[in-house]
Amino acid sequence: MIVLLIYVAVFVVSFFVVMKLIKPGARKDFTSLKTVTFGDESAVRSNRTASVISILTLFLLWGMFTGSALLPKFLHAPGPFEGLARFDYTAEAPGREPATATVTVLVHPIEQEAKAPEVEAGDGWAKNDSATVGMWRSGLIQVDRNDEVTKADGAKVVAVNGQPIVPGGEVITDFGRVGMSQKGTLNFEPKKGWQMEPIWLPAPEAVMARLIDIAQEGFRGSTLWQHLGWSLFRVIAGFFFGALVGIPLGYAMGLSDWFRGWFDPIVEFMRPVPPLALIPLVIIWAGIGEAGKIILLFLAALWIMAIAARSGVSGVKISKVHAAYSLGASKAQIMRYVIIPNSLPDIFTGARVAMGVCWGTVVAAELVAAEKGAGMMIMVASKFQNTDIVIMGIILIGIIGFGIDMLMRWAERVLVPWKGKG
Amino acid sequence: MSGLEIENISMRFDLPNGTSVQALKNVSLNLKAGQLLSVLGPSGCGKTTLLNIVAGFLAPTEGRIVLNGHEVRGPDAERGMVFQQGALFEWMSVRDNVGFGPRMKGMAKADKDKIVNHLLDVVGLRDFKEKAVYELSGGMQQRVALARCLANEPDVILMDEPLGALDALTREKMQSLVLKLWKETGKTIILITHSVEEALLLGERLLVMAPRPGRIHKEYRLPFAEMGVGEDLREVKKHPEFARTREEILGMIWDMEEEIMGRQEAGA
Ligand SMILES: Nc1ncnc2c1ncn2[C@@H]1O[C@H](COP(=O)(O)OP(=O)(O)OP(=O)(O)O)[C@@H](O)[C@H]1O
Ligand SMILES: [Mg+2]
Repeated sequence: MIVLLIYVAVFVVSFFVVMKLIKPGARKDFTSLKTVTFGDESAVRSNRTASVISILTLFLLWGMFTGSALLPKFLHAPGPFEGLARFDYTAEAPGREPATATVTVLVHPIEQEAKAPEVEAGDGWAKNDSATVGMWRSGLIQVDRNDEVTKADGAKVVAVNGQPIVPGGEVITDFGRVGMSQKGTLNFEPKKGWQMEPIWLPAPEAVMARLIDIAQEGFRGSTLWQHLGWSLFRVIAGFFFGALVGIPLGYAMGLSDWFRGWFDPIVEFMRPVPPLALIPLVIIWAGIGEAGKIILLFLAALWIMAIAARSGVSGVKISKVHAAYSLGASKAQIMRYVIIPNSLPDIFTGARVAMGVCWGTVVAAELVAAEKGAGMMIMVASKFQNTDIVIMGIILIGIIGFGIDMLMRWAERVLVPWKGKG
Repeated sequence: MSGLEIENISMRFDLPNGTSVQALKNVSLNLKAGQLLSVLGPSGCGKTTLLNIVAGFLAPTEGRIVLNGHEVRGPDAERGMVFQQGALFEWMSVRDNVGFGPRMKGMAKADKDKIVNHLLDVVGLRDFKEKAVYELSGGMQQRVALARCLANEPDVILMDEPLGALDALTREKMQSLVLKLWKETGKTIILITHSVEEALLLGERLLVMAPRPGRIHKEYRLPFAEMGVGEDLREVKKHPEFARTREEILGMIWDMEEEIMGRQEAGA
């Protein structure tokens, strides 16, 4: 909730700061006059400044709520309590005056061993206690254990820091919450603050450190590059075979009634089946090895490429074919000089979609079963609660997926510059 | 025998819902080699259908087309077509578009380049040789389409509203260009247009067609095309005979349109 509020606040504030005060390159051309921008892509251009601020904001929020060392302390959200916490308890026992003693609790980072601090016993019949509790955790503290009269002998705690407490109740202290169980035992839960525990969300620098670590040391017997390389290799192999079969299939469907009729039901049926739904079947048929994964990606790419090639062929303007005929072109020449070039933009669009789907599918397939690969890395890491590796993996997967898309777009611009210009 | 004979062409389209459209009925016409024919008529009277049949894209349900003594049975390089727009190959440069026909014939590169360079000079696009066609304006694109058609040395050039998408000024320049090319190359040309003025200017012979079924309504023989070669077309338009014929044809087409509208209203 607070995260959302901060996010919205940064959005609004940066909008006004950038738009009103700095006005970087305010648009003065005619597109600035456009008010109705629906369906007119040229009227809305992505604001670079907004993109940069957006990404910085995500990192800022991430750092704030993980207590990142990259951020100055005052930007941190309140952190969990760490150090020595103290509270008093007052106990009653039959035939004795109520007595008060102090409990000292060492709240320590969970990955460190800790020893309860030494404390003096004190004067009354209730003795001072000490205990340890991990940050973000809670612990039962049997304060009566060292007292002259224990719970078994009829002693019971009636107040904490002077405030009365009953079984099932609680008292909030400066250091955290002291609760009492139904059986009358005190339970101390140090303040958690607003920051995320590293096993839920590690700080950015921890993820970075882990990335460097894994880049140098590797993970599960393979280097980071091998893991990513295997995932990429599977995508490229699966896509390659999918295109190799799918494009000619699509051409055949676009050119021949018989092929169209024969394959239309199959293609139209397979198209809406998400490739992930095929994983179990592919595992049964081809096992979980490389073959299975490449077959899965092949299937993922096949239908997309076939449909793209089909629409590329059937989308050719009849006037272009007529023009070529009356310029003396033969059927084969029309195929080569008209149909194929005309279908390339559609095929490229299909290829971009197919690469995206394949990348998503490979990660999912590796989550299910793999010895190497980006998906396997985050799956294994999550079993050991290595959240930093999981997040690192997700970021790398995102970057690579984005990179693939940029590469495809670039190839499209270079290879089919006439796209959308017919 | 040289020339184009349109012999008693009828064309019926059978529609998927079982009915049929009689797009053309008993259309006959003889064109001598080198004649320039313009075709006018209300929308839907079968002009495009007739041109497609001559080009060989459609087979008529009755009748036949004979060019230079042999029957037409499909598209061929001897009959070139210039479309209204969008029929250029946008994946090729201007030069490759113009050189497409010669290339398909397997002509040697040097000969092909000579033809292409010459035609680009003729249509005034020498400096745009290496450009992609989508980088050109609409008028320039139509000049490329014209050059592409001419590069193939067809006997007959068929044009379906080739200037329909152009602005008035560009259109006038293109009209002069068409006249000049007609005179220089001596090709037989059939030109469909919606503009009565254009039909008068670019028609040695002018055909007015009537709809439902599509048929020849009236034919004119006009002097304006000859007059317009190398001349200012606006001067030609000032000719009293020009204005008179224009009014006559406009009236004719208006009557046809009104009849169609009336029939539709009666039917509704
Ligand atoms: N492929 C087709 N299938 C069915 N009907 C057709 C087909 N092509 C044309 N027609 C019909 O034939 C008639 C003539 O069409 P055509 O396109 O030749 O007219 P047009 O004179 O060129 O019209 P416009 O001036 O609008 O271009 C129309 O009624 C049209 O609906
Ligand atoms: Mg037409």
